[in-house]
Amino acid sequence: MIFTDKTKKGTETRIMGEFKVHRVRFFDYMPSGIRAIAFNQQTEIMAVARLDGSVEIFNFSDHLFQEKVIPGKEQRSIEALCWVGERLFSAGLSGEIIEFDLHNLRPKLTIDAYGGPIWTITVNPQGTHLAVGCEDGTVKLFEVLEDGIQFERNLDRKKGRILSLCWHPSGTKIAAGMMDMICMFDIKTGHAIHRLLVDKARGAPKNQECVVWSVVYLADDTVISGDSAGRVKVWDAHTGTLIKNHDVTKWDVLTLSLSQDETSLVAGTSEGTVVQFQFLSTALGQEDKEWVRTRTFKNHTHDVRAVAEAGSAIISGGMDTQLVVRPLLEKHDVKSQASALRKVQFPHRRLVSCAKKAQLVLFQYPSHLELWRLGESEGHGTPGDKLPVQRNPEKLLQLKTKGEEHICCSAVSPCGGWLAYSTTSSLRLYKVQHENNNISITKMSKLPKVLHWAHQLCFSADSSQLFAASANSSVHVVSLSANSCKHKHTFKPKTGSTQPIHLLSVSADGQWLATANSDCEIHIYSLTTLKSHCKVPVYRSGVSAMAIHPTTNNLFMAHADQQVFEFSIEQKQYTDWSRQVQRVGLHFKWLERDTPVTSVTFNPRNPAHIILHDMYMFCVIDQSLPLPQKYSQLYNQLTLKSMPEQERQEHCHAFKVCKLFQPLMCVGHDGGSLPGGGRALPAGHHGETPGASQTEEEVLRRSEKCHMVLISC
Amino acid sequence: MCPCAAGSECIAHDNDGKMVEGSEIRVVRCGGSKINTRSPIITIDSRFLLCVSGDLVKVYSTKTKELVRVLEGHTNQVTGIALNPANHLQVYSCSVDGTIMLWDFMDGILIKTFVVSYPICALYVSSKHQGVIFSVIPIASGKAESFQLVAVHLPRAVEVEVDAPELSAVITDVSANPSATAFGREGEYLASAKGLQLSVYFFRKQKTYRFLLTASDKKGAKNGFSCVACHPKEDCIATGHEDGKIRLWRNFNHRKEYTYTTIHWHHNIVNTLCFTPEGTNLLSGGIESVLIQWQYGDNKKAMLPRLGGAITHVSASPDGTLYCTCHSDNKITLIQSSIKVCGIIQGLVKGDAVRTDLLIDPRSKALVLNGKPGHLQFYNLKHDRHLYNLDIVQQEYIYEEGLDQYEVVMAAFDSTGSWLATVEERGLKLSTLEFSLKLWAYDKTTQSFSLNTTVNAAHDDRIRSMSFCPSSETTMLVTTSKDGHFKAWLLGADVDTEKDSDSASWSCDFVGSYHGLLPTRCSFSADGSLLAVNFREVITLWNPETWELLSTLCLPPGDIRELCFGNQSCSKYLLSTTTKNMLCCWNLLTCSLEWSTSMDVVLLKPDPLSENVVAFSKQDGHTDLFVFKPSEPRPLFTQKAVCMGEVSRAIFVPRSELLDSCEERSQWLNRSQLYFLTENMDLLTLCTKTEEERMAAISKQLVADKSVAVTPFYLLLGKHRRQQEQQDKLDDSPHGRQAERPALPQGSVAIKELLHTPAHVLPSASFLCSMFVGSLLTSTTDNKNTADQPPDEEMDSEKEEEDSEGEEATRDGQVDPSNLQGSVVDRMPRLSKTQERQLRSVRKTDYSWLSSLADA
Repeated sequence: MIFTDKTKKGTETRIMGEFKVHRVRFFDYMPSGIRAIAFNQQTEIMAVARLDGSVEIFNFSDHLFQEKVIPGKEQRSIEALCWVGERLFSAGLSGEIIEFDLHNLRPKLTIDAYGGPIWTITVNPQGTHLAVGCEDGTVKLFEVLEDGIQFERNLDRKKGRILSLCWHPSGTKIAAGMMDMICMFDIKTGHAIHRLLVDKARGAPKNQECVVWSVVYLADDTVISGDSAGRVKVWDAHTGTLIKNHDVTKWDVLTLSLSQDETSLVAGTSEGTVVQFQFLSTALGQEDKEWVRTRTFKNHTHDVRAVAEAGSAIISGGMDTQLVVRPLLEKHDVKSQASALRKVQFPHRRLVSCAKKAQLVLFQYPSHLELWRLGESEGHGTPGDKLPVQRNPEKLLQLKTKGEEHICCSAVSPCGGWLAYSTTSSLRLYKVQHENNNISITKMSKLPKVLHWAHQLCFSADSSQLFAASANSSVHVVSLSANSCKHKHTFKPKTGSTQPIHLLSVSADGQWLATANSDCEIHIYSLTTLKSHCKVPVYRSGVSAMAIHPTTNNLFMAHADQQVFEFSIEQKQYTDWSRQVQRVGLHFKWLERDTPVTSVTFNPRNPAHIILHDMYMFCVIDQSLPLPQKYSQLYNQLTLKSMPEQERQEHCHAFKVCKLFQPLMCVGHDGGSLPGGGRALPAGHHGETPGASQTEEEVLRRSEKCHMVLISC
Repeated sequence: MCPCAAGSECIAHDNDGKMVEGSEIRVVRCGGSKINTRSPIITIDSRFLLCVSGDLVKVYSTKTKELVRVLEGHTNQVTGIALNPANHLQVYSCSVDGTIMLWDFMDGILIKTFVVSYPICALYVSSKHQGVIFSVIPIASGKAESFQLVAVHLPRAVEVEVDAPELSAVITDVSANPSATAFGREGEYLASAKGLQLSVYFFRKQKTYRFLLTASDKKGAKNGFSCVACHPKEDCIATGHEDGKIRLWRNFNHRKEYTYTTIHWHHNIVNTLCFTPEGTNLLSGGIESVLIQWQYGDNKKAMLPRLGGAITHVSASPDGTLYCTCHSDNKITLIQSSIKVCGIIQGLVKGDAVRTDLLIDPRSKALVLNGKPGHLQFYNLKHDRHLYNLDIVQQEYIYEEGLDQYEVVMAAFDSTGSWLATVEERGLKLSTLEFSLKLWAYDKTTQSFSLNTTVNAAHDDRIRSMSFCPSSETTMLVTTSKDGHFKAWLLGADVDTEKDSDSASWSCDFVGSYHGLLPTRCSFSADGSLLAVNFREVITLWNPETWELLSTLCLPPGDIRELCFGNQSCSKYLLSTTTKNMLCCWNLLTCSLEWSTSMDVVLLKPDPLSENVVAFSKQDGHTDLFVFKPSEPRPLFTQKAVCMGEVSRAIFVPRSELLDSCEERSQWLNRSQLYFLTENMDLLTLCTKTEEERMAAISKQLVADKSVAVTPFYLLLGKHRRQQEQQDKLDDSPHGRQAERPALPQGSVAIKELLHTPAHVLPSASFLCSMFVGSLLTSTTDNKNTADQPPDEEMDSEKEEEDSEGEEATRDGQVDPSNLQGSVVDRMPRLSKTQERQLRSVRKTDYSWLSSLADA
């Protein structure tokens, strides 16, 4: 095992059990803060806008799986998101309203509102009009058309920027939060009806304005505002009087979100707290109700910039970049996975690709790529030891993108000779040449026209082909040679799905290609016949990771709901092991995990070992061992080892979990050749997994050639 | 002397069937019992504060903090009090003895007794549930830990004592802690919390909702419930938790849609919660001894810090103007609603153990023992009043669990009370032992003790005992230590220091040891001519003048536990007790064993004012008491089972007035009173019948009027007023005013009383003054033109017949008229009637003034 310390920038190697582990800690992945959240109550799809301009689409009903990512762009700052049916609109300080194409993961249409920076965008409850609040003090109405939006008119212009907007559920009135006041407009006439003055924070200087960051307009003509003085104020919009004032924080109340039934309101503050208010009767059983501050959740370390109520849970996100889903326990009958607090900190996709043979790793940053060579060390020592580093890891290359757009996918070929990345508008392919210690890259200039952009890129095992997932779930196959590349074929799914492909997997022998798209479809294409081979039966949950086994050519899939399947490509059916897993059921501890498996690899020495990992653990599934019973105790490897031989035999199970390295971004292996011809371990030693079996001298000897790459940050 | 305080304090009876033979001497729980076990209540008019104290309910005046009345009748620990919602002048109390009593607390009358025949731990009443009292009783299954809340239906019977057999269970499995249950808005529901569960019982639906918290052990904090309070106007339940959080529950009529707000300031368990009557504020208190006033519906809070001890209970007066907090150091603090302390009722501070012995300050006759950490407290037993704390350790006390702090472990007064010796130590548990011996001189100007000498390493090891030489010539202290030595300390023995007595300090005069054995006890004979120090089983007798070892007395086996000399006629005897259950009496003249007896004596105390010695002996879980004279091996008085468990400390307290009891059995109590402290830190005493009768006589005189604050002075005035009223009734003539006259001689007593009552318990001077002056003025003006004092009776004037009639009536009503004036008038020469009248009109008035002043 090689530890690479971030601070030292050196590598230490430690032997642990079967594997030599490179611990790579120089991937400076920096997630971006969350700026806006829009939850679509109908489809239960959630859109999250980040500060770098990217939009992530989470499927709330599918275990909060990050289905799609629309890459960001320099200068694009999204201030607000809004769903109109299944269409997603955003507005930002660039002054443009953008509608996103959720199939091709790119902006579909961009319209300048001509009002300066836009602070907010909302749709009326009827779904016919969009209102945007502009820096110049205008509220602009846009009509939503089939194929876009059209400017309709301005409401009365006010002095001062419009920071927040909320429609009355009837769609006839709109409340606008401004500097020091809240304005109510009549939509029909466009005139202001009321002006509610919000006072400054106590002790604030005279010239300091009070910013109404958020307003909510209720059906019973109540307006609730959150402002920079840290107050949540409840107003009667009929008379324009303040009903109740809640001092929530010393700093700002940045965002408010109302539940569908208008009985609950959450406020996000710049202290990192989310405060819930509920519309409760003061005396039980009586109609007389008022807004009462009830619960306070503190799951964020920094400003909470966006909150949303998703029926049974409160979703919040902010500057600390994590998305927190806080379930409201009263909405859940039983304690289950859905009633547990969840945090989404890292993307549910891989940002790292490894060149196994060349010992290279490619890191994908929003606007550049880094290619590193792993450190080396002598692989001798007892398991658990740190090995001395003989050669430090080395950054070979930093590749900056052209243009403003961020990288959406990248790949390095297994031989290390090719490197490809794509933004939403262009795809670039480079040839990498290593000469001694010099490295040079050349851009392939003449790419086939079909390689215009890609959702996902993948090289074949022998690095002779590049697969690029493109529009309408199609995959282009391009053959690569020293100085040219040729478009060979385009696979198209028979189902005619237009959803983007987010996973590509190619078999080690170059025979098969598997694709997974956001419709949960998995297609398998034969690369020898260039024909569609078959389609894996559609499972209800999204595929979070998949890979084709190098020896058996079985496709191994992990889904967002933590189910795992193994599909035999040759026989076009699930394998016996997979059926057995479904029959027995997975262990509840496994199902309780809240981050999806993000990669599947195989132990090159032992075909029965499948290595999975998510953010907090990696797991070796040993298919030769019995599956654990659903509610039996799941012994970890250390306790198993301390048991007497016979008992150990009884309690051995297929799931060997290691939580040593957290958080985990990527696990890969570089043992292209299988040492010792895949020797099976004696049964007594099946417990040896990385991190779990640290004292087995014998295993250590065998494992010297087998490496794992762990990339954690 | 303050009659009301004296009258009320010594009346409690420990009636657990332990009436002593003939019942002339009884064990009594008097001064110094706990007043902080239950939440006190303030009456509707905020004039009185009722609190539970042992077997009694005590009524204090909120203005003067004076004990006004004692409601006495329960035979065991009182566990709860609540105002009768139907009559705000009545109070219910419940007790472990299984009765609920209804009192008129204004007059101290027991109205009714309801016999429930289960031990009751708490009671709750609500105006919505007339005739029903909710109480917490143990579940009958015999499991001591489990309790249930039952509704006790009070039968409508005219008898004073009725059975209340009708019980119906409301909530099963509740906490025995009385603050864990509370009535909700208008008695609609009852909320009770236990462990991690909150149960709300709705009377209308007859349904219980239960809300469970999931246990969280984050950073060792626990979130179990500790107390409950309900908002009086809204449906909101406030619960305190062990981790210091307060949750405000709402919407709790749905099992699923309940919700709560959390407010958090306390870092440790929230002991008590209370809403103010209007529900505008929530009060909370905990171990931090800070009272927090939370503004309801907002996050704002006001704090009252440094209240002295952990807050155990908080309650608010019905008009919301007063709050009162109970503290762990046996104290009730009265707080104005503007969060300002306006008064303190301090009981005897009792920690887990009294490490110093019980002592009597020879000057103030106050009981002295450990009080606040690092302090000695001075407590007036007679008035049941805390006098002051003497800071011995003189270090800031920091509350922290496991922190090893200095504690006063020993104290001793010399015979005149001008010197106090203390030993403080720390390091018993964790670190190395540190201790120091301090000597304090009485400073007449400050009326307190000031530190004279600190000896940091007086011995090499812990000091085991300490005693002053009682002789008046020398001021000598002897200490014995585990290091095998005893040391004698003398004042100003060091020749080098100045002879000025003010700056004289203490130094070691002699170090003695005996064969390297461990000395445990030391004792001086009454005249100070002999010092007895025991080294394990050997008693050595020393001459403190020459430090000559006079004799050794030895009677193995067994180490000596207690050692004391006889007093007065028995001063030639030395008593000792051994660990092997022997009580020996040595004759010092013959240096031989006079007598010995086999008994397990745990405590031996001589009465300094008589020959009597009291011995406590433990037998089968009880402690027996023996009183004997060292000269006679036969006990004067025995009482079996004075209390359960062991007696840890005892002391004879000299009486201020000698008791003239002629009963032989109780004569030993004539000069001094015996107080003793039990395992459970109950301070008990023995009370004779004559004493009780006297007290009862005094207490009967005390009836308060409703219009004036009840003070001792007021009681006197009230007494006069009643007499006046009587007179008004008697003579309905326009001369009714003359009834004021007899007030005068009593007025002088009143002034005496007034002057003898501590100033801080009196009402404000302006108030007193006007009343006082007013009473005097009217009487003099009336006397001018009307009749005379006693001599009138001797005159046969027909004109003044009416007056004399009235006079006689008043005299009958009077308890003890002062005859001073009468006697003076008697000596006057007889004059003609006209002359007499003239003289009278001119002179009598002046004279009465003078006499009253002279009396004062």
